[in-house]
Amino acid sequence: MSANAHRPAEALKGLVRRQYFWGIVAIALLLLVNLIKDPGYLAFSIGSSGNLVGNVIDILRAAAPIILIAVGMCLVVATGGIDLSVGSVMVVAGAVSMEFLSGAPDTVGSGLAAIGLVIAVSAALGAVNGVLVSVVGLQPFISTLVIMLAGRGLAKVITGGQNTAATNESFRWIANGYVLGLPVVFLLALLLALAMGFLVRRSALGLMLEAIGMDAKAARLAGVNRRALLFTVYILGGVLAGFAGVFATASVMTVDVSRTGYQLELDAILAVVIGGTSLAGGKFNITGAVVGAILIATLDKTVVFLGVSSSATPAFKAVVIVVLCLLQSERVRRAFRQRRAATARPAEREAVAA
Amino acid sequence: MPESLPIVEMVGISIAFPGVKALDEVGLRLFPGEVHTLMGENGAGKSTLIKALTGVYKIDEGEIRIAGEPRRLGGTADAQNAGVSTVYQEVNLCPNLTIGENVMLGHEVRGAAGINWRATHRAARETLAKLGLGHLNPKHSLSALPLALQQLVAISRSMVARCKVLILDEPTSSLDANEVEQLFTVIRGLRDQGVAILFVSHFLDQVYAISDRLTVLRNGRFEGEYRTSELDRADLISKMIGKDIAALKSLDAKASRRVRTDDAPLYAAKGLSRKGAIEELDIELHRGEVVGLAGLLGSGRTELARLVYGADRPDTGEVTLGGEKTEITTPAKALARRIAFSSENRRDEGIVRDLSVRENLILAVQARRGWARPLPRREQDAIVAKYIAALGVRPADPERPIRLLSGGNQQKVLLGRWLATEPDVLILDEPTRGIDVGAKAEIQEYVSDLADEGLSVLFISSEIEEVVRQSDRIIVLKDHRKIAELEGGRDVSAESIVTIIAEDGLGDPSADTAVREEATA
Ligand SMILES: Nc1ncnc2c1ncn2[C@@H]1O[C@H](COP(=O)(O)OP(=O)(O)OP(=O)(O)O)[C@@H](O)[C@H]1O
Ligand SMILES: [Mg+2]
Repeated sequence: MSANAHRPAEALKGLVRRQYFWGIVAIALLLLVNLIKDPGYLAFSIGSSGNLVGNVIDILRAAAPIILIAVGMCLVVATGGIDLSVGSVMVVAGAVSMEFLSGAPDTVGSGLAAIGLVIAVSAALGAVNGVLVSVVGLQPFISTLVIMLAGRGLAKVITGGQNTAATNESFRWIANGYVLGLPVVFLLALLLALAMGFLVRRSALGLMLEAIGMDAKAARLAGVNRRALLFTVYILGGVLAGFAGVFATASVMTVDVSRTGYQLELDAILAVVIGGTSLAGGKFNITGAVVGAILIATLDKTVVFLGVSSSATPAFKAVVIVVLCLLQSERVRRAFRQRRAATARPAEREAVAA
Repeated sequence: MPESLPIVEMVGISIAFPGVKALDEVGLRLFPGEVHTLMGENGAGKSTLIKALTGVYKIDEGEIRIAGEPRRLGGTADAQNAGVSTVYQEVNLCPNLTIGENVMLGHEVRGAAGINWRATHRAARETLAKLGLGHLNPKHSLSALPLALQQLVAISRSMVARCKVLILDEPTSSLDANEVEQLFTVIRGLRDQGVAILFVSHFLDQVYAISDRLTVLRNGRFEGEYRTSELDRADLISKMIGKDIAALKSLDAKASRRVRTDDAPLYAAKGLSRKGAIEELDIELHRGEVVGLAGLLGSGRTELARLVYGADRPDTGEVTLGGEKTEITTPAKALARRIAFSSENRRDEGIVRDLSVRENLILAVQARRGWARPLPRREQDAIVAKYIAALGVRPADPERPIRLLSGGNQQKVLLGRWLATEPDVLILDEPTRGIDVGAKAEIQEYVSDLADEGLSVLFISSEIEEVVRQSDRIIVLKDHRKIAELEGGRDVSAESIVTIIAEDGLGDPSADTAVREEATA
């Protein structure tokens, strides 16, 4: 990084080559569209207590839970797996915390206790995924599908089928509070994403996960402990989803058992793919997943802002994402490159048979 | 037949990859009815030249003429349509399909109602039978086959369609003598029908047995084209390595016997077995000793090695390591106890394609430390530098993805991975597969030196001569059983081992003094 700083042009080139570059471009374009509709879209104002208020801040706030599940998803995907249960883990986390807080005094202590409870429960759900995948040997798709279906049912059992509400100021602060003028949720999400990135890249966890995702057989023979690593990754994914559930419920201090976290696993998967991590496993990019999550949040807000009818929303989202994936695809990029330079270098193409 | 016109002519072919000039004005001519061998060290550009011909790589400069017409093929399938069949260096089959489907892929027999599977399987069976694989059931899954048979299946596949040119890039790298002979019979048959065959191998015996003409490459440059009968081995080697042969250590010198000093074995397994792989047997490995496994294809050599390493979980068996009882049921456990295993299947069980040379080299060391204790970058660099130099990996660029290295160089990196774990017991299954003559001698000496320092080696090779040459003790396997254990000595030779294998089961085991028949009590 520091070496690149001397040569800004080089650094820019490096960025352009990153897959998530197109995610950043897409975010800029969406903001531009909004800006055209309303020239004041990007305006900030200073709120009552020195906080920033504005559409962008809303987007960041909405992005927070998606960032967390996308980071978790990114690690799972790197191992060649997938975690469909994150949305359901979110609702279970919301249900557990609301149910606990509705019967607890409004103190910082009970807020912390609720979070502790969420960590324990979501880790347990992640562990179930981990056991099903690594010990039982089920396909990740199926194992996590089981938890996805069972999780929402579990949430309903916990709240007795109600949308439980609770009051706890400190818990609410997580979602609605501000630090340095920025929303706490976003800062927390960013902090957790950074921590995960640090954990993965400073230890050998990243290398081990990639090795498993690229070639499970070779990794096993090289002594990589696939079982323990998968277990760890699914637990991490679960806990991150638990935090996402806290973020999603704390803003309204209500858990909506049928809507909280609903279909968010798909958003997470999209964010990961947009960020340049292949669903086939292997090389992963946490920064990319964060960019992808912010893009999804921007897209959601844009759809609402433009007044796209709710029935057309999925189609609109789909179009944006397909375009993005096309831009990222190696084949389309190569076609572009070859048109640009008629005297192309020898195809760097990977020999099919190599 | 220099009078006839070449069917394939490549002139002035150049290909550059980022950082490497893989081919520099190379030429190649293939004549109908001739076997032509492409020779060169690891990384000389043999596979690249083949891929340039079939169009897998685009050439930067040069011309390719097929039957006199300038032509650029557009990849393996296009080449096939033009009558050029290719078996690339790395077996390229679909493990999830059946054997028959793999052989017939793209050539299925079609009837009125789509594919006629019955006829397709029959055709597959016939094709397989030509290579002596008639005993294989085309409906069985490919992945269950040992590597050597997979290699033969891949070769069968290339022979389904009629072709004018057949290209075989190191087809014999994991074959036993019998299979090689069978393959050669087929090759000679095709040659006599007028097919031009391009062959690559690092085994000089095979090259001299089969080829009419040679093209030698060195460092991506064309060194010369010769008639095999007019170039002797010493000259060939010096053309390949660009030095006089005297610089090359003799391969044939029999390693001097090591004197075993300790009586207690380092590793001992009693009654080791796994259903379908190995019947109960005992095996002991001592410090500073090379134990060879000899046996024919399918005798259980690889299976035994995998049990020792825990790559497959043994059903029975009591293992002691340094006198202490232990259980080795997974590779991770084996590594933790300083046992390392280099698999013969470089592509599926060795390299992690998308990781760099450095990451591949340190993978096992890092896995043993666990993810929470990353190997400091400085130590990584030291390990990588050490083994790249010791094993002669080229190009010596640690950050290059390993998939971009030539086959032989990938193999060297893998050996480095296992040596870097500093094992007490090193299991080598075809360790020099695909490695050129010069590097092979150096690597064998390197391992031999480690054994002198106390490393215990379990060695497998499909060349019985090599096993005899390298080993202090030889375990002979047949039909997944141990049939004999021989102390290496003057009276042990490839012939005597073959005799033991042939005579086993005939009722009267040979009473050779060197043979210590295992007491099955
Ligand atoms: N796709 C690629 N990208 C970059 N470099 C490559 C690529 N393919 C081959 N090379 C390089 O080109 C050189 C020639 O490789 P090639 O595979 O042709 O060697 P080879 O003669 O077949 O060797 P071996 O005997 O080990 O199979 C090597 O230095 C290799 O690293
Ligand atoms: Mg090659």
